[in-house]
Order: sequence, then C-alpha cells, then structure tokens
Amino acid sequence: MPIAGWCQPVLGLLAAPLLLGIINRVKALFAGRQGPPLIQPYRDLYKLLGKGATYSKTTTLVFRLAPAAGLACVVLALTLLPLGASRAVLAFPGDLVLLIYLLGLVRFLTVIGALDTGSSFEGMGASREVQFSALAEPVLLLVMAGLARQGDSLSLSGIYPAVTAATWMEAGPALALIAAALLVVLLAENSRIPVDDPNTHLELTMIHEVMVLDYSGPDLAAILYGASLKLWVFGSLLVGVCVPVRTGWAIVDVPAFLAGMLVVAVLVGVVESIMARLRLLRVPQLLIGAGAMAMLALVLVVR
Amino acid sequence: MNITLVLAGAGIAAAGGLAALVVADRPRWASRLGGCSAAIGCGMALIPVIGVLAGDRITSFSMPWPVPFGSFTIGLDTLSAFFLLPILLLCGLAAVYGTEYLQTYAGRKPLGPAWFMFGLLVGSMVLLVIARNAVLFLVAWEVMSLSSFFLVTFEHERAEVRRAGWTYLVATHLGTSCLLAAFVLLSTGSESMHFAALAGADRAATVRDGAVFILVLIGFGTKAGFMPFHVWLPEAHPAAPSHVSAIMSGVMIKTGLYGLLRVLTFLGPPPAWWGCVLIGIGLVSGILGVLFALAQTDLKRVLAYSSVENVGIIAMALGIGLLGVSLGSTPMAVLGFGGGLLHVLNHACFKGLLFLGAGAVAHGTGTRNVELLGGLLKRMPWSGWTFLVGSVAICGLPPLNGFVSELLVYLGALQGARSIDPAYVLLPVGVLAGLALIGGLALACFTRAFGIAFLGESRSESAAHAHECGWRMRAPMLILAACCVALSLLAPMVFGVLTPAIARVSGLPEPQVRAAMTGPQSWLFTVAISSLVLLALATGLVMLGRRLLSKRPVTTTVTWGCGYARPTARMQYTASSFAQPLTACFRLFLGTRESLSPPDGYFPASASLATRTEDVCRERLYSPVFRGLAWLLAKLRWLQHGRVQIYVLYIAFTLLALLIWKLG
Repeated sequence: MPIAGWCQPVLGLLAAPLLLGIINRVKALFAGRQGPPLIQPYRDLYKLLGKGATYSKTTTLVFRLAPAAGLACVVLALTLLPLGASRAVLAFPGDLVLLIYLLGLVRFLTVIGALDTGSSFEGMGASREVQFSALAEPVLLLVMAGLARQGDSLSLSGIYPAVTAATWMEAGPALALIAAALLVVLLAENSRIPVDDPNTHLELTMIHEVMVLDYSGPDLAAILYGASLKLWVFGSLLVGVCVPVRTGWAIVDVPAFLAGMLVVAVLVGVVESIMARLRLLRVPQLLIGAGAMAMLALVLVVR
Repeated sequence: MNITLVLAGAGIAAAGGLAALVVADRPRWASRLGGCSAAIGCGMALIPVIGVLAGDRITSFSMPWPVPFGSFTIGLDTLSAFFLLPILLLCGLAAVYGTEYLQTYAGRKPLGPAWFMFGLLVGSMVLLVIARNAVLFLVAWEVMSLSSFFLVTFEHERAEVRRAGWTYLVATHLGTSCLLAAFVLLSTGSESMHFAALAGADRAATVRDGAVFILVLIGFGTKAGFMPFHVWLPEAHPAAPSHVSAIMSGVMIKTGLYGLLRVLTFLGPPPAWWGCVLIGIGLVSGILGVLFALAQTDLKRVLAYSSVENVGIIAMALGIGLLGVSLGSTPMAVLGFGGGLLHVLNHACFKGLLFLGAGAVAHGTGTRNVELLGGLLKRMPWSGWTFLVGSVAICGLPPLNGFVSELLVYLGALQGARSIDPAYVLLPVGVLAGLALIGGLALACFTRAFGIAFLGESRSESAAHAHECGWRMRAPMLILAACCVALSLLAPMVFGVLTPAIARVSGLPEPQVRAAMTGPQSWLFTVAISSLVLLALATGLVMLGRRLLSKRPVTTTVTWGCGYARPTARMQYTASSFAQPLTACFRLFLGTRESLSPPDGYFPASASLATRTEDVCRERLYSPVFRGLAWLLAKLRWLQHGRVQIYVLYIAFTLLALLIWKLG
C-alpha cells in the first residue's frame, strides 16, 4: 500500500470543512458582505463537540446511533478515492460500487433518523431525499460506466489515473459531458442550490437541513462534518476528471488536486449566488437531463 | 448414503404433517408434532447438503417406479445442494416460528390440516430439487403448488383470501401446462424422461431449444414471479400465514429459478437473444416490482412486490451470465451466474426475515396496514431491530449480504459495459442504470416500511398496545439476521463453493471457471474486510460520542414542532405521503387512482382523499383477456340446458361421428 494513497483521506479529514468556509465566503462576496472567516466551520464543529445534547421523547436508539454510523461510512468512502496517479488505500475492482453504496447507507441512516422523530417536517425532508437520490444514483453509475470503458478498468484507482491530458485531447467531448453530469449530481447529493438550499432551515422546501432539525451537540457535529466529507468525496470525483495532472510526484499532483477542489468550492458558491432554487417538481427533470448527458458520453466513449 | 439422509429428512417433515392431521382435534399437539418434525427433518437434511457443498462426493439413487416414463431417480449435485441450503434453513426456522404464530388461531381453526400441508410443502420442495426424472419433477411440482394453495387459503372465510387462492391456482396451472409442453418437446427423440437422457438429446435442434426456452421461461417464470406473470404473487403471498409467506417468498419462488437453470443445462449453447430476453424481463420486474412495493400500504404486500423486484435482479444476473456465455466473455458469465445464485441464497435470508417480522407485527398489533402502525420499535425491540437488519440487507447496502450479491451483478454488467461488442453494450449499461435505480427505490421503500411502522409515534390504539412475540418467534428472526451478517463476511467462501454449479449451468469447463473466479473471490475478501472496518469504525465513533456526552447534560423533550404546542400522532408523515413524490413521478407505470373530495367553503365539514394502486398487469392485461374468454365461453352455454334426452342425443351423435370417421 503506497504512502501516497493516504494523502487523500488525511487531506479530506483535515480540509473538508474548509470547503464550506470557502463556499460561504464566495456567497458573502457576491452579496457584498465581508462574510465569516474561512475557518468558521471548524469553530462551529468545536463548539458543538463541547456541548451536551437534547433528545426528543419520541426517538429511540436509532436516532442516537445514526450520526456516528453515518460518519463512519463517509470516512471509509474517503479511503476508496485515488489522488493523482497514486492508488487509493482500498482499491479493488468494484470499489466504485462500494463507494456509491456507502453513501447510500449514509442516506438510509439519515432518513430513518429523521423518521424516528415523528416530525412531519422531517418526514417531508426524508421523502424528498429518497426521491432525488433514487434518480441521482443511476446518473452516477452511468458516469462510472463511461469512465470504466474509457479507462478499461473496474476500479476507481484504475479509472482515474487513466484520465490524462492525452485522454482529454482524444475524448474531450465525452469527458466534458461526464464532468457536467457529475457537477449536477454533486449539487443534488450535497443539498446545494439549485436542488436544495442549505441556508434556510425552516421552510417547507428544505430537504437535508430539515432532516437533521432535532439533532444537537456532538451528534450535530458528526452530521455537519459528515456532510462536508461527502462534499469532499463528490468534489474529488469531479476534480479527478477535470484536472488531469498525473505526474506521479505528490509534490505536483497534490497541489493541482487542491487547486481543483478550491475551484469546485468557488464554483458551488457562484452557482449558489447567481441561481435560484428550482421548483421541486423540476428537480427530477434536471437529474434526468444529467442522466441523458451521462448516457451520451457513454455512447461517445463506446463508438 | 448422503442422498438417503436428504430423502429421510423430507420424509420426516411430511410424516410429521400426517401425524399432526391425526391429532387435529388437539391444536397444541398438532403444532408440536408438525413443527418439530419439519424442523428436525430440515436439520437432518442440511448435514449432507453442507457436505456436498464442502466437496463431498456427489451421489444419486434410482429405483423403478410403475408410472409411464417415470422412475424414482434422485441425485444431489452442487446446483441442487445450493438451492436446498436456503430451502432447508428457512423451512426449519419457519416451522419453529409457526408453532407459536398459529396458536392465535387455535380455538377458531383446525391446525392439523395446516401442518399437514406444511409438511407436504417442505417435502415436495426438497423432492423437486433432487428429482432427476421429469415425471417425478412434475409430480413434486404439482404437490408443491397444491399444498401451498391450501396454505394460502388457510383463512378461507375471508373473501379476499379466497380470491387470492383462486388467482394462484389458475396462474400456477397455466404455468405448469407450459412446463408439460416444454418437457414433451425436450424428450422428443429419447425414450425416457430421465434428466440425463434429456441432456444428451440432439444438440443441433436450435429451433426446438428456442421454443423450449420460451416455454420454460413462461412456466417457471410464473412460479418465480417474473413480470408480467407475477399477478398471483402479490395476492397469494400476503394471504398465507406469515411463516408460509416467508417460505413462499423466500424459497418457493426460487424453485422456479432452479427449474430454469436445470433446463438450461439440457439445452445447447445459448444464443445471445436468451440473455437479452432475461435482462429485459429482469429490468421490467425489478423496476416495476419495487415501484409497486412503494405504493402499497399492506406491509406483507410491500414485501411480496419486493420479491418480484429481487427475482428481477436475479433474472438480470442470469441474463448477464447467459450473454457472457454466448459472447465468449468468461468473467461476465462467472460474475452473472455467481451473483444470481448468491442472491438466491441472500434473498431467502432477508426476505424470510422480513416476512417473519411482518408476521410478528401482525401478531402483536392485529393489523398489517402501515398507516395504522408507528412507534413499534419501543414495544417490540426484538422484531424491530431484526427488521432493521433485514431492511438494510434488502436495500443491498454494505456491510450486509445483499450488497455482496448485487456487487457481483454490478461487476458483471460493468465487465460487459467495459469490454463487449458495441452492438450489445446497451444491455449491460441498462442493467447498471436499472440496478442503481432499483437500489435507490428499494431504499425509499424500506426506509418507509421500517420508518413508518417502527419509528415515530403510534398511529392507532392497536399499535400503542402492541406486544412483543415469544422466543419461538424471536429465535428464527435472530438466526436469520445473524445469517445476513455472516453471509456477507463469508461471501468469498460461499462464492467459491459455487464453482461446479456455475460450470454446469454455463457449460464452460470447470478449470476455466475456477480460474475466472479467483479474482472476484479476492475482491469479495476485500469487501468483507472493509465491512469489518466499517463496523469497527462505526462502533468506535458511537463509543466516542457516548464518552463525550457522559459528563454533560443530556435532556429529553418533545420533538420540535416549529413552535406548535399541541402536536398529535396524526400529524406525522404517513406512508402514503412519504411515497407520494415517487409515485407521482412514475404515475405513468403505476396508474394510481385518486378520489379526492377537498375541503369546501369557509367552514369545511369533511374532506377525504383515497388512493389505490392496482396491479397494472392484472387490470390492463389479464382482466380483459379473461373477461373476453368468459364472454366467448358463455356463447356455448346453450349446449348445457339440463335436458337428459338431448344429452343422450349428443352421445349418439358423437358415436355416429366416430363410427363414420373410423370407417371412412
């Protein structure tokens, strides 16, 4: 197991909340405000970890176990991701399915945690979450199938190192379509605008934020940290396609990757500042559109 | 020797049923005799089955039988043994469960006949899987269908149960008629109905092979629950007592898949269209199955439709395998058949578990309607937590067994998408997208089933006063939940055991299959390790959270209702509202009907909304056909009017016609 493989999980664990800080800063700039400091998400996590907790009488052990178990899933998912030309810590053919299903398990836990409160708000959020994710999952699989055929491998650690500058010259349109589909999935799965708005906790239109209304203290910290790690996971899937720097030297690859992540965070912030949230009925159409792009990319790759 | 033990086990199960019939007037003894002998018989038969899977010599046994074309030939190879494993495991556990479950009916209904039919069902399923003669096979098939019919109609005083039984009886016999035709076609040119003789028949007959394939696809597909032959399944499975539902959904439908695989070994090398047809059927069954499951409010109906979905996944896997064989891709063939067979075993575990859990809910609350449940986890912790394990497993999520078999199917499809001829590439890609969609919808379906039934506040009096079941119902559920974990961790071993069976079904040489299996086996090993890491990590984080909270104030209050002071249980999200966005999204396929009378005026008195999702195939396909048939046959009614003289005239005319035909 190469040492380089550990870069990805260690960087993710350390820097993931920073992505949220960057997004918030970009949004503040667009709104003409100064905005919170970049390390505000870390301060929030620290504050929450130091607090006690309040639980609803309705809830059971399910509610108390879900956040920590969900966090464990995302942490494991981080070890499946390659960085640059190096292999991931855990790499085997089929790891891309494990990655997608680990994120599925996170969703399962969040949803039953929400239903455990018996609150109609949280039920509503849960219902929407399962709908949109059910539609986003096939898109992700189609994207992966296209990349698998392109890179002639069944493992993320074989697929991603195969995406180089030469591949972009050769199959540029297909990769561009794949990147676009991945961006849509990233926005949908991480509850960002135009699918969900992470800012307004208490509107009937919310999805993810409303599912975690009743959490407090360390549990809420685990959920917020898990959400930022999930953003990191999707971000690195996207950056892996868009930043084809594969020198094999960590000193070049890692900064290139981090610069890519910075751009993704800024991009999410920009999208969030200049777009309105879609009507809920339009979201499936957006996801089906992303699916069509992924399918088209696959056709281009197969041709 | 080992085959005798299997036969003896089946015999003990059936004999115990007979004994239960004798003491039918004492329900407690009927349960004890019927249940214990079925459990003992299954346990006994499991020993040689595990032996054969571990590599014991494969045996067979033959005896003449005074039935035309028949001989009492049985055999136990890896394919049979692998199907016997879930059958014996689940039947044994269901028998133990049934001894307590059926006690509720003790005063009202005779239990002897139910246990008699149970014993027959177990015995006939075992015989079916080890039969090596087509006549014997069909006899066992028919006994299985009829005994399960009588179990389905156990509560025959209810009209909907009678209707379900009737649908089942018609469907299963239509299927069997296709099987009869298929076996007659197969045996043309050979004198016996021996499986060995059928397998050795003319290899060049591609047209005949095609016809046989279509016939067995309909015949066995009816039992397995392939769409559109599934209509009986969501009716009959919920109608039966829960331990029988578990057997029917968990293993009886798999006998259809066993039959399909067995017949494939008789036929020549598969053309590519067989794989395409199976993948198509699998996609339709999988996606529509889970969509209909999502629209149901009866807990057992949800599970029955989800069986259609899982059989669809298995059909897709087998389709990938067949496509791999016909296009010459050994990895695809191995991953497809291996994934499909493994899913047979895995589905038996978690579906059996979930049906037993649904039975415990019905037993503890008296209702199966999800909309009337809620908050059961507090009052029924054993059933609740095992139901949760089953729900995670059936969604195909790590670290449980459902993930392992779905991973293999995904890998088979990815292998196809990566390497095969562009002309066929859309099929594996369809499987990938379809499986992902099914996975997402199954997650919606089972978070709904578990979340609405077991979490939140009780939605009715009966749910508020639910009681947990006794240990004879708990123990089978706990064992099955443990199997879900164990099969995930032992998956590399179980997959390795399948080598001879995969070689047999695919027709590839065994060394080649063995070589292609080493890769996937090591991947599964990695998955097992990561499952353990996940469990350890989750435990560690939970402990850490506990530790952090141990010295801090932890308070309990009501669920936050955005400032609303008087929340009631009726304000919770219901199962229907949870599923509404998805059912609305797919209304084109579901045909959900709504009848809404909205609140009207300034002081609305009453308002109501009712939604109903009927089975599309039954409503749009079978109902018109059967209505047309009835109309056509009604035209012949003038022949029947009850006048004896005219009937004598018919006979005379018939004789005259025969005479003229004979002479002319």
